[in-house]
Amino acid sequence: MSTITDTRGQVALRHLSKSYNLNGQTLPVLRSLSLDIRPNEALAIVGPSGCGKTTLLRLLAGLEKADSGQILIDGIPVTGVGTERAVIYQEPRLLPWLTVLQNVAFGLELRGLSRAQAQERAGRYIRLVGLEDFRNAWPRQLSGGMAQRVGIARALTVQPEILLLDEPFGALDAMTKLSMQEELARIWGEEAVTMVLVTHDLEEAILLADRVLVLTNDGTPPSLVTVDLPRPRDRNSADFVAMRRMLMGKFGLH
Amino acid sequence: MSIETLDRPAPPIRAVPMRELAARFLSRWGLVVGFVVLWQVVSRAGWVSPAVFPPLDKIAAALWQGIANGALLDDIAISLSRAGTAFLAAVALGIPLGLAMGQLPAVERALDPLLQFFRQTSALALYPVFILLLGLGEASKVFVIFWATLFPILLATIGGVKEVDRKLIEMARSYGANHLQVFRRVILPASVPAIFVGLRLSATTALLLLIAAEMIGANKGVGFQVMNAQYNFQIPLMFAAIFLLAFLGLAANGVLVVLQRRLCRWSASDR
Repeated sequence: MSTITDTRGQVALRHLSKSYNLNGQTLPVLRSLSLDIRPNEALAIVGPSGCGKTTLLRLLAGLEKADSGQILIDGIPVTGVGTERAVIYQEPRLLPWLTVLQNVAFGLELRGLSRAQAQERAGRYIRLVGLEDFRNAWPRQLSGGMAQRVGIARALTVQPEILLLDEPFGALDAMTKLSMQEELARIWGEEAVTMVLVTHDLEEAILLADRVLVLTNDGTPPSLVTVDLPRPRDRNSADFVAMRRMLMGKFGLH
Repeated sequence: MSIETLDRPAPPIRAVPMRELAARFLSRWGLVVGFVVLWQVVSRAGWVSPAVFPPLDKIAAALWQGIANGALLDDIAISLSRAGTAFLAAVALGIPLGLAMGQLPAVERALDPLLQFFRQTSALALYPVFILLLGLGEASKVFVIFWATLFPILLATIGGVKEVDRKLIEMARSYGANHLQVFRRVILPASVPAIFVGLRLSATTALLLLIAAEMIGANKGVGFQVMNAQYNFQIPLMFAAIFLLAFLGLAANGVLVVLQRRLCRWSASDR
């Protein structure tokens, strides 16, 4: 890894606030949140529904605007969507009229690469997510897990500095989810990329993240938990289980 | 805990029996064959007047004769050119207008009441108006067909554009797509299946209106032939022209289905 990639993909949240209007009432979801995300860090955001985790991710993606405060990426304020960021959604959001290869190349083509160049690079990431045999398949022919992997390949193909994931495995069955989590951990290890992962799965957060941002919806301030477990992480190790118990305790669960 | 591995015995091989094939054929074509046989028998046996319902072989002979001596071919040509011109004009106006209206809520809101009003007004009721405006010649015939075919295409296209998954548009935007790219790469391809529903509906409507227009003040065309044969009591020829119309309709639909399959290979449903 070069020094340049090491210092890029840095995110700074500065006094970020956002509220919604619900039947005339103002509902604050983020209150003056400040946080620094390091280059190539994996940050997980967990919390109950309504705590603002998806809102925070949409702000980072530039799909929504904050009421006040700023997001700086490598020192530059975010004003909208940007080519240094890529989003992976809960649904794969593939274009049904494009093949797997064309879907993965889609982001690159939008950025002005020729079709041939885009598809060549797309091919590399299709291999990375293990879908070589399905390059020419239509999205409707894929299982949920495969479709989600195509979405991940599409995001990686544009070689973003920051990967934003919004409950990426939330719609998958339990078995697929487990293997996809392992796969994402492997891919993150191979690619120099900052990862912000919104999830409601505490185990997923511990498995993938360097730090976990815990948001609440009862007005108490958010907290930041450092996951100092060696990688690759073992879900069944005593430390892992202890970490999960501690996080669950934060939500009053056990 | 105990783990046991199950072996895999080869499943027995089962051929598709003839009976199953025959049953499949019968369930698809049985009624058609039955209908044809019934018509032929009933007419030949004189259970209905053969003057009103001539046996099918006489109709087939009249059809063949009309095609062989070129008389019906002329009618087909002129009918197809009327319906075709009107249909293509409706496509050329309806699809672009629908694409624009589907994306611009303000335009759609403004035009919708007018559109709904015209849609509910039968094109045939307006035919006398078109004749007054355009004369009894080709122009009014083509225009009445155009009028009737425009609305299914227009409404289907508007509907298709409005139904496009917002999440796909957001995805494209998050990858930096501008308005034109969102339109070309997401909205347009996503609307194609809905547009085809409109095209197929319009093709049927075009033939329907064609016949009506040709029955009034025409001296050529398949619709004219139906009416004319009835006046002259050439009943086999009348039925020949009616069947010809059915075949034209089936052919038009067939062409659109093939085109739709080619353009929508990605979609599982094509019906």
